[in-house]
Amino acid sequence: MSEAPGLDTVATATGSPDTPQPYAELGMAKDEYERVREILGRRPTAAELAIYSVMWSEHCSYKSSKVHLRQFGEKAPENDALLVGMGENAGVVDVGDGNAVTFKIESHNSPSFVEPHQGAATGVGGIVRDILTMGARPVAVMDALRFGPADADDTKRMLPGVTSGISFYGNCLGLPNIGGEIGFDQSYLGNPLVNALCVGVLKHEDIKLAQAPGPGNKVVLFGSTTGPDGIGGASVLASASFDDELESKRPSVQVGDPFMEKLLIECSLELYAKDMVVGIQDLGAAGVSCATTELAAGGTGGMNIQLDRVPLRDHRLTPEEILMSESQERMMAIVEPAKMADFLAICDKWGILAAEIGEVTEVTPEEAERGGRLVMTWHGETVVDMPPRTASDEGPVYERPYARPESQDALQADDAAKLARPEGDAELREQLLKVLGAPGIGDPTWVTQQYDSYVRGDTVVSAPHDSGMIRISEDSDRGVALATDGNGRFTLLDPYTGTQLAYAEAFRNVSATGARPLAVTNCLNFGSPEDPGVMWQFAETTRGLADACQQLGTPVTGGNVSFYNQTGDVPINPTPVIGVLGVIDDVNTRLRSGFDTDGARVFLLGETRAEFSGSAWADVVHGHLGGLPPQVDLTAEAALGEVLAGSAEQGLAVAAHDLSDGGLAVALAESALRGGRGLRVEVDGDAFTALFSESGARAIVAVGPGQEEAFVALADQHGVPVTQIGSVGGESLSVTHANGVVEIGLEELRTAYEAALPALMDGV
Amino acid sequence: MTARVGVVTFPGSLDDKDAARAVSLAGAEPVALWHADADLKGVDAVVLPGGFSYGDYLRCGAIARFAPLMSELVPAARSGALPVLGICNGFQILCESHLLPGALTRNSSLRFVNRDQVLRVENARTAWTNGYTEGQEILVVLKSGEGSYVADEETLDRLEAEGRVIARYVGGNPNGSRRDIAGITNEHGNVVGLMPHPEHAVEALTGPSTEGLGFFTSILSHLAAGAPAHA
Repeated sequence: MSEAPGLDTVATATGSPDTPQPYAELGMAKDEYERVREILGRRPTAAELAIYSVMWSEHCSYKSSKVHLRQFGEKAPENDALLVGMGENAGVVDVGDGNAVTFKIESHNSPSFVEPHQGAATGVGGIVRDILTMGARPVAVMDALRFGPADADDTKRMLPGVTSGISFYGNCLGLPNIGGEIGFDQSYLGNPLVNALCVGVLKHEDIKLAQAPGPGNKVVLFGSTTGPDGIGGASVLASASFDDELESKRPSVQVGDPFMEKLLIECSLELYAKDMVVGIQDLGAAGVSCATTELAAGGTGGMNIQLDRVPLRDHRLTPEEILMSESQERMMAIVEPAKMADFLAICDKWGILAAEIGEVTEVTPEEAERGGRLVMTWHGETVVDMPPRTASDEGPVYERPYARPESQDALQADDAAKLARPEGDAELREQLLKVLGAPGIGDPTWVTQQYDSYVRGDTVVSAPHDSGMIRISEDSDRGVALATDGNGRFTLLDPYTGTQLAYAEAFRNVSATGARPLAVTNCLNFGSPEDPGVMWQFAETTRGLADACQQLGTPVTGGNVSFYNQTGDVPINPTPVIGVLGVIDDVNTRLRSGFDTDGARVFLLGETRAEFSGSAWADVVHGHLGGLPPQVDLTAEAALGEVLAGSAEQGLAVAAHDLSDGGLAVALAESALRGGRGLRVEVDGDAFTALFSESGARAIVAVGPGQEEAFVALADQHGVPVTQIGSVGGESLSVTHANGVVEIGLEELRTAYEAALPALMDGV
Repeated sequence: MTARVGVVTFPGSLDDKDAARAVSLAGAEPVALWHADADLKGVDAVVLPGGFSYGDYLRCGAIARFAPLMSELVPAARSGALPVLGICNGFQILCESHLLPGALTRNSSLRFVNRDQVLRVENARTAWTNGYTEGQEILVVLKSGEGSYVADEETLDRLEAEGRVIARYVGGNPNGSRRDIAGITNEHGNVVGLMPHPEHAVEALTGPSTEGLGFFTSILSHLAAGAPAHA
C-alpha cells in the first residue's frame, strides 16, 4: 500500500498527479496502470488502485484466457435446459418439474500449496458461496486433486493437509462429498491442484443474479467481519509462480470458519425464501472490490458506499486493505429500504452480523456511458470515484502469443509401442497387480473416508463409484449425477485430444451410473500464459472442449482458469478438469460399479485397439510418457452413453463400470472387489492389449439373468460393439486367453489395491 | 394418535433433516424444535441430531448444553419421563449435560472417519432399542471426528454391570472407544446416546441397510405401551 501519510482521497490524488504508485508490486503492468489514469482522468487513489489491481488480475479478469473461452459461447449447442449461462457466478440448468441445478468447479491451487489445510478448506467455502449466490441450496461437493509423486516428502505434507481441510470444511457444512478424483505425477510436485466442485438445487423462479437495481435500495454486507487475511491474495497469489518466496506469501492465505458459513447458508436461504433481496453477490477473490463493482455494474451502475461502516475484526485496517481483504464467509445483498428491518431480524435469528454500508444511486446518461459511478467514502472523505464497469467488465484483454512447442514432435514420436510387453502369464499377472495398486489408481479410501458422504440423506451414489449422484429432493425420484475427469498425461501428448478424452471420460462416468449427460463445467489448470507453449496447450484445450461440447450437445455453463502452475520454467502437465452433470429420471434405477450378482453375465461394450501411449501401464510399469493418446470418437461415446443409460432405465443391467486408467484390467479388478465376487472372463486375441489398452468409449456391464438378449439388442440398436466376456462368481479374477490364464484371488487383489496410500501416509 | 417426536436444530446441526425423515419413515410425526425456544411443544420424545452445534467451539456439545431448549429438556429427561436419543453430536451434548456419564474424545486415528459400521445391540430393553434383539448385529453409518467414548474404569464397570452399554462396535474398533462402546443409556433407559448414525440407515437407496430404522420404531412401541423403560 501507499506509504504516504494520511488518507489518499480523490482530492489528494487530483492534486498530486506525480506521486509514485506501487502498481507493479500489486501485479499491474505499466500500460494497465496508464489505462487506469486515462479512465479516471487523474492518478488513482490508493483505494482505486487496490480495486483495479485485483479486478484486473488474471484471477478475476481472465485477461489471458478470455479470447479463447469465448468459443464456449460461440460454439454452444442449442440446449433448452440452459437457464443461466456463463458469466454469472455459476450456470443453471433445468432438470425438469420446475427444478434446476447449478454447479461449478473452481481451483484453489496456490493457497493450498502455501497452507494445505486452510487453502483447501477455503476452496470448498468459496465454491459453496458461488452456488448459494445463485439462489440455490448447496447439496453436495466433490473435489479433483493432483499431487507430486505419492512417496515425495512434500506430498506427505500436502495430501493429509488438503484432505483434512476439505473434510473439516465440507463436513462442518453438512454437505456430502460424493466423489472426485486424485492423481499423482512429478509435474505437480510444488504445484498441487485442488479443484473443488459444488452443486446446488433450486426452483426456476428462485434464480438470483448479481445485480443492484433500484436507486435507493440498500447495500448490506453480512456474515463475518473483515480482517487482514488474504489481503492481495487474488492478485498476488494467483499471478505469481512459486520459487523461493514461500515465507512472504504465507499471510495471504485466508482462514475459514465453516460454522459461520453454515449459518450464512441457512440465513441466506431464509432471506431468499422470504423475498428479502433484489440482488446478491458473495465475497470471494477481491472481496468488497469485486462485490461492489460487479453489483453496481449489473444494476443501475451507480452506488455509494461508506467504507468505514464495514464491520472489522481489526480496526487498524485502511480503506484499501478493506477493499482487498479476502476474509471468508461474507455476502453482499441489495435490499429494499422497506424490508431492511425484516432482513436484519432474520440475520439476527441466525446470529449473523449485518451492516448497511451504502445504497444504490441513479447515474446520469453521461456517467452511464463512462461505465457508471461508484463512490466510496471513508469518514466523510471520498476515496473512490470511478466507473465500476471499467473494473468489472472492461478489464484488459490479451491475445497472448502461442506456438506449438518444437519438442512436441519428438514427444509424439516417442510411442509406447516400443516398450517391452509382459512375457507370459506370470509377468502379466505381476503387472496387473502393480498397475492396480499404483497411487491414483488404487483405493482412495484413505482420503474419502475422511469425508461425510451420507449427510442430507440424498446421496444415491458416491465414491468410489463412477459418478456421484444426488436425489434432488425427497419427494421426487429425479437425480443428478456428476463426474470430474482430467488426464494431464494425455493432454500433454495432445492437448486437443487429451481434453476431449477427459470430457469423454466424465461423460462416460455419468452414463455408467445410469444418467444422461446434460451440461459441463471445467477447471483449466495450466502453467504461465506468458509461455507461448503453455498458451498453445490452452488454446488447443479450449478448442477441443468447445468442439466436443458442440458435438454432443452439452453446453459449458461456467468454469475457472488457473494459470501460473509452474516451478521456474517448468509448467505442470496441462490439466483441464472437466465436470459433466447428468440427469436420471428415477434414481432407483442407478447403477454402481460393484459386480455383486452371482451368475450375472459380464459384457464388454466398445472396441479395443492397441493404444498404450500415455496409459497407466506405460507410466506405472515403464515410467514412460510419449506418443499419441488414444483416439477420440465422440459419436461412439454418445452411443455408449445411450446404451448405458438405457440399460439402467430398462432394468437390463445390474451394475456397470467405465474403462479408463488401466483399461479392462483395472475395471475388472475394481468391479470384482467392490462387488465382493470373483469374475470369470475370457478375452479374444492378445491378452496384453485386451487388458491394458486405454481405448475410449468402452465399459463393462453386469447384465441380469434373462436380460442378455435385450441388452445385446440395445447395444446393436445403437451400433455399439458388444461382447459377452464372462460371468460373476467365485473367489478370484480369472482371465482366460488363447495362450493361457491369469488368475488372482480376491484377497491378493484387495491387498494390492488397498495398500499404497495407508503405507505411504501412515507407514502401515 | 400419532406419536410426536421432536428433532432439535441448534446452530450447526446437520443431520436434523435426516433424523426427521427417519421419524417419518417409522410412522411418527417429526416436530421441529429450535434451540433458542425453551419450548418442547408437548412432544412425546426428542432426538438430538448429529452435526457441529455451535461449530464445536470450546468442546463438542459444550455450548449446546446451555441452549434455552435444554433447560426444558434436561429435567424431563433426567426424571425418566421424556425419551431422548442423542446421535453423534447429540450424544456429546447428552454427556456435556450430565444426562449420560463419560465423554467423547478425538478419534484415535486423529482423523474424521466415515464408514459403514456393524454394531451389536447389547441392550434391547430401552425406549430406543426395544425393537431389536440382544446380540443382534446391525449395519449403520459411522461418521465422526470425536467419537472415542471414554469414562473412568469405575464408571465403565458400572455401565457394564447395569447393562447400560446398548451397542458395541463389531469388526474392529473404529475410533478408540473404551470397551468398543458405541452407545449407552441412563438408569431409566429413556435417554440413549449413540455415536453412529441409525438415521442414515433407513432407506435402501441411500443407506448401507435399513437396519437403523429400529431405533425409531422402538420409540413408537415404547410410547404405545405407555410404560416407562427399564435399563
